[in-house]
Amino acid sequence: MYNFIEHVNGSEPEAVEDEAKYAQFMERIENGEKIEADDWMPEEYRQTLIKLISMHGISEIMGALPEKEWVPKAPTLYRKLGIMAKVQDEMGHGQLLLRVAEDLMAPYGRSREDLMMDLLSGDLKFHNVFHMETRTWADAGVIGWLVDGAAIISQTNMLDASYGPYQRALQRICAEEVFHAQHGEAIVMALAEGTPEQKAMLQEAVDRWWPSLLMFFGPGSAETTGSSKQEVTTKYKIRKSSNEELRQAFLDKYLPRVFSLGLTIPDDTLRYDEEKEQWEYEQPDWNEFKQIIKNNGPRSAERLRLRELAYENNRWVRRALSNEPVVQA
Amino acid sequence: MTSIDTVEALLENNEALQAAKTFLFQLADDDYITSFRGSEWLGLAPHIEEDVAFSSITQNTMGHAVLVYQTLEALGEAEADKLAHARPAGERLSSVYLEKPNGPGTYLDEPHYDWALAVIRLYLYETWKKIRLQTAARGSIRPVAAAAEKILMEQPYHLAHWKMWAVQLLDSTPEAKERLEERIAEAWREAGDMISFGGHGQTFLENGVTADSEEALQLRWLEEVRSVLPAPAELPLKEAGDGRRKEHGSDLDQALKTCSEVFTSDREAVW
Ligand SMILES: [Fe+2]
Ligand SMILES: [Fe+2]
Repeated sequence: MYNFIEHVNGSEPEAVEDEAKYAQFMERIENGEKIEADDWMPEEYRQTLIKLISMHGISEIMGALPEKEWVPKAPTLYRKLGIMAKVQDEMGHGQLLLRVAEDLMAPYGRSREDLMMDLLSGDLKFHNVFHMETRTWADAGVIGWLVDGAAIISQTNMLDASYGPYQRALQRICAEEVFHAQHGEAIVMALAEGTPEQKAMLQEAVDRWWPSLLMFFGPGSAETTGSSKQEVTTKYKIRKSSNEELRQAFLDKYLPRVFSLGLTIPDDTLRYDEEKEQWEYEQPDWNEFKQIIKNNGPRSAERLRLRELAYENNRWVRRALSNEPVVQA
Repeated sequence: MTSIDTVEALLENNEALQAAKTFLFQLADDDYITSFRGSEWLGLAPHIEEDVAFSSITQNTMGHAVLVYQTLEALGEAEADKLAHARPAGERLSSVYLEKPNGPGTYLDEPHYDWALAVIRLYLYETWKKIRLQTAARGSIRPVAAAAEKILMEQPYHLAHWKMWAVQLLDSTPEAKERLEERIAEAWREAGDMISFGGHGQTFLENGVTADSEEALQLRWLEEVRSVLPAPAELPLKEAGDGRRKEHGSDLDQALKTCSEVFTSDREAVW
């Protein structure tokens, strides 16, 4: 899941690049053709994809960590199996995406190892939602239902992405995300229909996750920031909609469900504007958002520490594997 | 020995029933704690591919525990969820060697986990698991044999996975070999209860829960693991306790507290 797009304004392709090649490339994109790893592509396209896909991939991996906290604690055997399956899927998504990113980085001589180092150094960011703490079992439900729900909105928007390897990975990922959302929704439904304590636990989780969910899609569209330049990801047909359009689609889909479960949203100004056909809501604190994704979120340090420990404690294993003589399987 | 083909028939033969249930509790409790220890590893494995493979195995292993707890439920025990979540440590039959933490720290805070322990422990356990499932599958109690057969459909992949790791690491750097050897030595001090039936071996055999004697199975295990690991020729000791006889340390209490935290917060609630 998990890639809000930072605003990157389109720039002219570098002069050194072959104009004819660029024109041909853009024509392929306009025709809806898929670009493959070995095809010629402009530098800007490659860089945008590397940034997008490596952040997406690493966010899948970091995204397994908040839920991992609740894997052993899942209150029934059925829920234990469900949440185990989900975190395994997320790791699998990470693996799939990092491979796509690795192929794109190959011309620069950069590898998976470099991505892991970038994560630990803070150069490679992971999605805002995975910097947040989990406090109760209801978080497992809200993450599956609404965070994965938000991911479905943003990822299905890229199901026709111009880069073939990413587009194909997304097909598979989106199919699995549907099960994640169902798993989360089932947890939420049980709590919503449960004891007063369970209902309170659920409402508290929704209240706590609300700002993070608004932030999920990233800051508002270029329109709201007064810029008219086209976003790179749209220009290259990687995704279709703006951050705000995706957020509105999320609110359209999930707010009615939230309300029908008897839950409330901690925003008195929240309302649907019939004329504009969009939701009006109080902006989350975008300065806080910037802090969160700079690894200054509530659980950023702890989550990164887990990856750091994995890296350090397994150093001898990596040494052993790289030293490994070729053996027949 | 006459075979017992159905749950109903088993319920009418008290001696066979008790033997079958003890065998199943040993199996389910082992898988439950093994799956818990595995889930603590998520995100901490040597590489992402391994995280995916290990979590798949961990999930299957929990699936096996569920299947066996459900079989016990059908044999008149409490419902599977209660068997997993509500039994105190003093009633569990899991091996203390499998309960041992993955390393210093907890899964939430500063987990300094040791991959050598994971590889050796899981290779030794999966080998034993295969042997005990095979003997149960050839036993004469159909409901037990059926559960064993079902688990045997995916368990060989788990064993192959850990065997591959053990072989690879033993054949790599002197450092890796040394780390594995330390864990092998530790296993030979502590894993004795894992490969035992806790004094029930004879009853299992007499009632057809198993098709082989405990001694024969242990020797089969020893022979098989020694074909892969540089391990002693004698069976492991039980220096850390004997879970089959319900002698557990605080590791199990801690693990169960985590696994049952939400369940015990409201036992009547629907989750
Ligand atoms: Fe995912
Ligand atoms: Fe997901």
